[in-house]
Amino acid sequence: MSKLSEALKNKEFVITAELSPRKGTIVSNFIKTVNALKDKVHAINITDNQRAVMRMSSLVASYLVLREGVEPVYQLTCRDRNRLALQSDLIGAATLGIQNVLALTGDHPSAGDAPEAKPVFDLDAATLLQTITKLNNGFDLNGHPLKGATDFFAGAALTPQTEPLEPVLLAMERKIHAGAKFFQTQPVFDTEAFASFMSKTAQFNIPVMPGILLLHSAEQALNLNAHVPGIKIPDPLIKRLETASDPHREGIAIAAELIGNLKQIAQGVHIMTVGQEKDIHTVLERI
Amino acid sequence: MIVTDKKPRQEVLDALKDYHKVFVIGCGSCAAASRTGGEDECREWVDELKKNGKEPTGHFIPEETCHVFLLKSMLRQSEPAAGSDVFLVLSCGAGVQAVSAATDKPVVAGLNSMFLGTTYRAGEFLKYCSLCGSCVLSSTAGICPVTRCPKGLLNGPCGGMVNGKCEVDSDMKCVWVEIYERLKSRNKEKILTMVNKPKSYGNIRHQKVEPKKLSKKAL
Repeated sequence: MSKLSEALKNKEFVITAELSPRKGTIVSNFIKTVNALKDKVHAINITDNQRAVMRMSSLVASYLVLREGVEPVYQLTCRDRNRLALQSDLIGAATLGIQNVLALTGDHPSAGDAPEAKPVFDLDAATLLQTITKLNNGFDLNGHPLKGATDFFAGAALTPQTEPLEPVLLAMERKIHAGAKFFQTQPVFDTEAFASFMSKTAQFNIPVMPGILLLHSAEQALNLNAHVPGIKIPDPLIKRLETASDPHREGIAIAAELIGNLKQIAQGVHIMTVGQEKDIHTVLERI
Repeated sequence: MIVTDKKPRQEVLDALKDYHKVFVIGCGSCAAASRTGGEDECREWVDELKKNGKEPTGHFIPEETCHVFLLKSMLRQSEPAAGSDVFLVLSCGAGVQAVSAATDKPVVAGLNSMFLGTTYRAGEFLKYCSLCGSCVLSSTAGICPVTRCPKGLLNGPCGGMVNGKCEVDSDMKCVWVEIYERLKSRNKEKILTMVNKPKSYGNIRHQKVEPKKLSKKAL
């Protein structure tokens, strides 16, 4: 059983952080960041060609994390691989000792650095979760038996701040039917709005970890609002970054405050950055 | 109705670079309705060929270009066609290949085949069907996510849906929100909690290239 699943089961306040694999073969800084987070987070999510920008394989980067003695959450999207490749990567990951997987549909290639790429989407987040459930039961997607089952703790993603919300909740329920055991969300900046979202998901009785995105300037916040689907940074926060003498520190303070407030509402948080991975442990020191 | 789009002029000229005598073949059905392979467009290419030092040998517009026997008979009767180096075909891929099957001469495609269009009104087509070989419309409120979701998702919406719009184009309504709204109006939205199975691509692969006879297949 993974430490992440155990911590969630024991109702601990769970912290995960998110790292992107490098675009290239030099991993020394990546490993340094992993070690800086060691024992400060329950697990580290490793993104899979996030925003459709090509990087090192999330499977290999997850293994690098595991090798440092930190538990990875191996993120796997349906954008770049068909059902054969997804299953063989999952079996490979399980064999390497990777226990947590976050099943994602994936951003469309048009958002990334190879917009002309062929989008695969042979499966989607829900059918990928179903596939993982089958692999855990010792069978592949088509029901053929495996020599050795996987034992994944599978999670899925959620967009809590969007309209209409009902199809998102229906899709959440569908992912739970398919085998999701926890959820990590897109960045949350409005604690009250998130509390209202959480009241609607209480019926499912499943851990939901809101995303915390580190901000470092008002400009970045405006940019994120304009370009990243599902991100809604409220004006008062942008104002705080704008007027702060050190917006970078203010961003860290905002994140720490949000985490403090979310402690009452959620069972954990998932910390994300845009290239500010070194700051994650500063945030963790403040909470 | 197969919707086609004109290929860039230079791309077609590049494909024609080794040939001098060019015979143009349009299409009287879909490409004519798409305004990409009718009389005007054939003449447009005849002029363009002249401007580029080629010798246009003539043109014709079959009633439907995606018909090998019809093409064979028209080509047999056309002397200018027989004396040409190449056929420039202004039709969908099925038409280009019908010409290719009806003659030993090389063919050059003048159009890109885009989708199976639903006509909204004359000259306006909606991209509603992609001939995927395993129709899901009965479980998606009569709205096709395979075609209309840029990811072709069978279980949407995805996390890219923001305020009802698609992550790929913020002017485009998320087709899964459309499906949800349609189902909701019939109090059937709960079916969205069920997982639609992955699509089978077995139906559209390994198809025989021999002519497939129409048959009265029982259910």
